[in-house]
Amino acid sequence: MSSTTENVSTGREAVLEEPPKLTPKQRRASNIADAASGGIRVILVKIVALGLLDALALTAIFILLGQREWLVIGIVVVATGLINWVYLGKRKLPAKYLTPGVIFLLIFQVFVLGYTAYIGFTNYGTGHNGTKDQAVSALMSSALERVEDSPTYAVTVLERAGTLNLLVTDPDGEVSVGNAETPLSPVDNAEFDGDKAVALDGYETLSFQEILAESDAITALSVPASEDPNDGALRTPDGSSGYLYVSTLEYDEAAGTMTDTTTGTVYTDNGTGAFTADDGEQLLPGWQIVVGADNFVRALTDESIRGPLVYVTIWTFVFAIVSVATTFFLGLFLAIVFNDMRMRGRKFYRVLMILPYAFPSFLSALVWAGMMNESFGFINQVLLGGADVPWLTDPTLAKVSILIVNLWLGFPYMFLVCTGALQSIPEELQEAATVDGARPWAVFRLIKLPLLLVSVAPLLIASFAFNFNNFNLIYMLTNGGPRDASAPIPVGYTDILISMVYKVAFTGETRDYGLASAFSIIIFAIVAIIAIISFRRTKALEDLN
Amino acid sequence: MMVKKKGLLAALAVAAVATLSLAGCASGDTSAGSSDKPSASAGTLTVWVDAERVDALKGAAAAYTEKTGVEVKLVSKDNSTTKNDFIQQVPTGKGPDIVMGAHDWAGELSANGVVAPLELGDSAADYLPVAIDAATYEGSVYLLPYAVENIAVLRNADIIPEPAANFDDMIAKGKAAGLAQPFVVEQGAEGNPYHLYPFQTAFGAPVFGTNDQGYDPADLQIGNAGGEQFATWLGSQGKNGTGVFNTDIDGDIAKQSFLDGTAAFWLTGPWNVGAAVDAGINVAIDPVPSPTAEIASPFAGVKGFYLSSESKNKVAANDFLVNYIGTEDVQLELFKAGNVLPALTAAAEAASSDPIIAGFAAVGDQAVPMPAIPAMGAVWQYWGIAEAAIINGADPVATWQKLAADVQAAINK
Repeated sequence: MSSTTENVSTGREAVLEEPPKLTPKQRRASNIADAASGGIRVILVKIVALGLLDALALTAIFILLGQREWLVIGIVVVATGLINWVYLGKRKLPAKYLTPGVIFLLIFQVFVLGYTAYIGFTNYGTGHNGTKDQAVSALMSSALERVEDSPTYAVTVLERAGTLNLLVTDPDGEVSVGNAETPLSPVDNAEFDGDKAVALDGYETLSFQEILAESDAITALSVPASEDPNDGALRTPDGSSGYLYVSTLEYDEAAGTMTDTTTGTVYTDNGTGAFTADDGEQLLPGWQIVVGADNFVRALTDESIRGPLVYVTIWTFVFAIVSVATTFFLGLFLAIVFNDMRMRGRKFYRVLMILPYAFPSFLSALVWAGMMNESFGFINQVLLGGADVPWLTDPTLAKVSILIVNLWLGFPYMFLVCTGALQSIPEELQEAATVDGARPWAVFRLIKLPLLLVSVAPLLIASFAFNFNNFNLIYMLTNGGPRDASAPIPVGYTDILISMVYKVAFTGETRDYGLASAFSIIIFAIVAIIAIISFRRTKALEDLN
Repeated sequence: MMVKKKGLLAALAVAAVATLSLAGCASGDTSAGSSDKPSASAGTLTVWVDAERVDALKGAAAAYTEKTGVEVKLVSKDNSTTKNDFIQQVPTGKGPDIVMGAHDWAGELSANGVVAPLELGDSAADYLPVAIDAATYEGSVYLLPYAVENIAVLRNADIIPEPAANFDDMIAKGKAAGLAQPFVVEQGAEGNPYHLYPFQTAFGAPVFGTNDQGYDPADLQIGNAGGEQFATWLGSQGKNGTGVFNTDIDGDIAKQSFLDGTAAFWLTGPWNVGAAVDAGINVAIDPVPSPTAEIASPFAGVKGFYLSSESKNKVAANDFLVNYIGTEDVQLELFKAGNVLPALTAAAEAASSDPIIAGFAAVGDQAVPMPAIPAMGAVWQYWGIAEAAIINGADPVATWQKLAADVQAAINK
């Protein structure tokens, strides 16, 4: 025991006496390590960064306190505390590396997914855009109707004992004053500036700045013209001129009802997110509420959606599968060809091959759409000598066109991937097989392809998922067209699920974010299930190695 | 020994800032109130303006700040995203006080409760009647108009010196000048009803009837007898007929034909005049030649400013819109930025010294405001498709009746 310790200490002394010769590379590396690990500068940077973070968090907490956002405050406190604990502590190296990643994961993945899911359970969309309070105030302000043929009144805003009053000069020069409680009553001791009464004894006249500061109260101020509500109430939108309005809606907060004063219809808040009359008529705007699984039920059972949904789903699968298959085989074929040492000018061709991949795909799709124009397109006019091939307007041909363009867009990626994978397969395998008398096709089919698939299969699954949601291409090339005139919704023969969702939820003037979110969750589920099954299957391939 | 990485700390700092700013946003999303309340003395007005017109408003903004102390913040926005951003941001309290937009947004904005009515007072009489009609939705004015826009026929006066008397005359004049396709109008695979509407009105088939509140969504007129006549005529001018209308002609192709001189008549809007003048073409503006004895009225689109329902500064916003944007000087500034006829009558008269503007204004006298009612959304999604099908040879009357039925079904839904 003792001798071992002695040995060690001797060894250490030996090192100190005679440091081992380091190569220049090793020396540089150790210098970098020294500089990075210790030193006052790093500690300073750490303190400053954490200090900034804490200061920011503190500011955020104060702002949030003002808005009484207790949950968000809790999250900020816990998150800041955790970050400080991780970076001030000495022994949490893995956590130090993981924390930034986890934060980004939470913000950009978990939050987005969670929020989409939440929207899927609400009625968020046109007419259900904000809170109930906002809906009530919007309804009340749009229900104001100016009394027919009523003149413009000159108005001065006065204040007495914290109450706002309006001093009104009518076009005949008569002056009256009133406030929200007291109807207008004539006064005769007002001070005039020109034709307009601007001050009154016992009242304080508000300056323009004060009017601005009291903006909300002044625009909400409604001074009855007389005891009879049918005469209307005087309101001023800008603090200097007033108009007589009558309201066609009356809000009863206690009962939660809106009453139309012209027809007597009563609209009740019956939990549908809008004031609804007995006959089902809704007053819009309504407000946002949680509607449970309604959107999912609608997505799958709505008469107008269900019919097109079936063939759109089938075409989506065909499109994704055929796209992956065609791009993969063309890419693989070209990779094999350009991997052959006997081929001349390979580098030059390879660059050419990559070009379609280098252009932004939506731009390429637009250019293709132009080239495939039936009467003026390059393909019909120049390549086919003036033929009238309806590339994008015939239902079947449009699908073929989409697959062709996607092949053009997608094969360079597969070419790159296959080139890399092919080069990683050892030459000896091929040589051994050739020595054993295998023909090239057999070598490819029995040895190269399986080995290639081990590394490429996960990418094929990813490519399938990408094409399943390839909105850019469909939107830019055909916009789903030609339209299926028999379908009750504006869906076309080349629409895939995601572009159909876009049309269902966002075309026309009624948006339905809730339905769109529900659809995107359903699509997510489909893609996830397919990916999981495929990944399970590809594990079998790995046994080959 | 512990190896620490500066990069890691930098990433941490970035992440932290991102977290907190997002936390800040999230808090804003859930609370109705806004944190930036105006200070006691003067507030700030945030105005979303389309990028081309920011400079034109700078003068008015500065003058307003000088007079009232209210700071006017002009935010340049992309026109295509403005409406959606506005609808989504107003309820969170983060949106602007004022937004520049088109009159046919009114229905959607109002259904979402994001706009407040404006009171123009006596100044309403100072605007072109079509502008006030368009700005009025369900009896209230929601828009302070600054420009009126409509389509007209651009004529290449070097090829055809005289305006055409009617539609057939236009085609005949063009053929006589040796043009294979004398008249172009943009269509595309899904049709373009906006550009075909003048012909439709010439047959007496408006989309909706009107009542004292404006367009009446309960009175769908599109499928009437005039509509069927229009459809029949459209079919006769399509693929299996004269070929005047062609869904393969999109905006770019139509423009190119006119600029190349292979077409002498081009039905389009003021936004394309600049390109034609720049190409050295002697452009004259004509009314849309009617295929019938009636006048062919295009849609009028009115541009203006909406007031947010959640604005914390409504008094200043109202004042700024009615008393500053509604003045001749500002309307003329905006006119110079966009070359679109001003909505204020006095400014419109001043701008009409330009023959091209005067030409569009003359056509605009016949124009009808594009319906802003939400039911119009149901029309747009079937309208162009049906017209494209008719142009491409579908049975005109049957297709038109299906269009009317589809629209009615979508409205009733």
